[in-house]
Amino acid sequence: MNLVKGRLFHILVPVVSVLLGLLIGGIIMLVSNYNPVSAYAALIDGIFGNGYNLGETIRAASPLILSGLAVAFAFRTGLFNIGVEGQLLVGWLASVYVGIHFDLPKVIHLPFAILAGAAAGALWGVIPGILKAKFKVHEVITTIMMNYIALYATNGIIRAYMLAPGERTKDIKESASLASPWLQQITEFSRLHYGIVVAILAAVIMWFILWKTTTGYELRAVGFNQHASQYAGINVSKNIVLAMAISGAFAGAAGTMEGLGTYQYMTINNAFTGVGFDGIAVSLLGANGSVGIIIAALLFGGLKIGSLTMQSAAGVPTELVGIVIALIIFFVASSYLIRWLTNRFTKGGKI
Amino acid sequence: MDFFQILALIVPAAIVSAAPLILTGLGGVLSERSGVVNIGLEGLMMFGAFVGAIFTHYGEQWGLGAGSPWMSFVVAIVAGALFAVPHAVASISFKADQVVSGVALNFLAAGLSIFLTKKLFGAGQTPDIQERIGKGDVPLLSKIPVIGDLFFSNAYSTSFVAVFLAFVVWYIIYKTPFGLRLRSVGEHPMAADTMGINVIKTRYISVIMGGAFAGLGGAIYVASIAGNFTGSTISGQGFMALAAMIFGKWHPLGAMGAALFFGLAQSLSITGEQIPLLKDIPDVYLLILPYVLTILALAGFVGRADAPKASGQPYEKGKR
Repeated sequence: MNLVKGRLFHILVPVVSVLLGLLIGGIIMLVSNYNPVSAYAALIDGIFGNGYNLGETIRAASPLILSGLAVAFAFRTGLFNIGVEGQLLVGWLASVYVGIHFDLPKVIHLPFAILAGAAAGALWGVIPGILKAKFKVHEVITTIMMNYIALYATNGIIRAYMLAPGERTKDIKESASLASPWLQQITEFSRLHYGIVVAILAAVIMWFILWKTTTGYELRAVGFNQHASQYAGINVSKNIVLAMAISGAFAGAAGTMEGLGTYQYMTINNAFTGVGFDGIAVSLLGANGSVGIIIAALLFGGLKIGSLTMQSAAGVPTELVGIVIALIIFFVASSYLIRWLTNRFTKGGKI
Repeated sequence: MDFFQILALIVPAAIVSAAPLILTGLGGVLSERSGVVNIGLEGLMMFGAFVGAIFTHYGEQWGLGAGSPWMSFVVAIVAGALFAVPHAVASISFKADQVVSGVALNFLAAGLSIFLTKKLFGAGQTPDIQERIGKGDVPLLSKIPVIGDLFFSNAYSTSFVAVFLAFVVWYIIYKTPFGLRLRSVGEHPMAADTMGINVIKTRYISVIMGGAFAGLGGAIYVASIAGNFTGSTISGQGFMALAAMIFGKWHPLGAMGAALFFGLAQSLSITGEQIPLLKDIPDVYLLILPYVLTILALAGFVGRADAPKASGQPYEKGKR
């Protein structure tokens, strides 16, 4: 009985949070003189309404799945990787570099470019991992700092070595591209690319590592209780570094979605892409599980793409969706409140 | 160009870019010394910048003239305090992960401030403000040789406010009973609770005060540097203030010193082209310098920095 209740609760919290977020978003629209019904109708139309919108939703979800996996994987080992954004940027740059400067057949070139991105992300993730393992430096702060270093360093490298007209790099070679004329055609020429396949594959890989291997068992054990793991003979430092490396690799792969898929090049970014930070929301809403993350990424990807239609058709600024996502994170994070309320109604107030 | 001219170029610019960082860093000190991690500084600063920009604009229309930015600072302090409430409620009462709650606050600030900007002005930016904080010479002090030229000529009054407030916060935290309570709930909340200190209340006050400081920091950024509010006005300053707080070892005056130093690095990346030695260094190195230094400081290479013991942990009565 308790188990069923526990599972039900795990599904209840995200669902209630999303509904509350949308509800308050509606109230905000009412207060600021917009029509929430027509706005949400436009939002839904903007997500599924036609092939183009659906294709764009799935395209936007692909990097979100990977960045969500990156946050979740670190979280399972008790680490908070806010550095997904920076790892994504270096992964993006590395994949584009390989895409431009190598000449290989597609079967080798494309996986090579994706792996290069993942490796760069892993490298960027390992640094906070080592600092955490060796010097007990909190990873939240170092990963935030690494984000800015990545932002300025990638811009500096593009400016110094890879600049093409338009504040960006050259286009990658066709043999390293994830773009698919076929997928574009069936979605009324959206920018949908094969990245979604990579993302779902990565979700399976995360599930496999965490739940089907000894390494994954150790990683999760460290996440539950470092001291107990140490006592049981698990090398905590090694697992912390490993978790950050794998997490960074997922984040780097998210960068390849942009470099090899959506854009085919890298721009000089004046600000962060936001995909890495959205990954925190995705992994939180998806309860750090592979399936949950895919669903949450599709939801947030859909909200982002749908908000464009919401702005054009109902006149509501796209930022409303940002507010709704923030509220959803607040509610999921405050699941204590939802737990307290459900218990209040079912068990007379005892937690 | 001699050394003194170089200093005269860099130092005033450094102090100007440091003022918002000092104030936001102080907000971080207040919050974190009470045991609540505040990643939301960026968002608080952003919301303060938004409020500062619109109320300076309205103040001009209401005929407040040069008083408009100062009026906007008062509103931004209140707005920052109020905007910190969701973070306080989530992380203190509902025992949410404080980092997650801070991240949510950043999202909320970005969404809400731009949403409201578009709603109020029909564009992605607020109108440019006319009444900026002016530069001026401080009477008497600017007559002091060398120092007067560097620190008291062509200076913004807001910079002095920031430095003054750093001493105020230092006094509050280290010299008053409230400050003692604030530090004790951040180091060992259970011991504090045993001694009859209200942990929840103390943390609420500290987080909300922290929000007020960060809000003021954002408003001063608009009034002295940016001149209006857009989605990219505050892009990273809040996180840099967070870095300053850590580099300053969670101490108000340390945070001020670090903010001044980071301000120096920022001003070097802007004015560096005019300085002989520095113009050969690509500005990317100066841009990443504050962040690299923070990491080195945390790793113990540049003086060890330790967080307050209970920071990041929600307090549950009776938990062992």
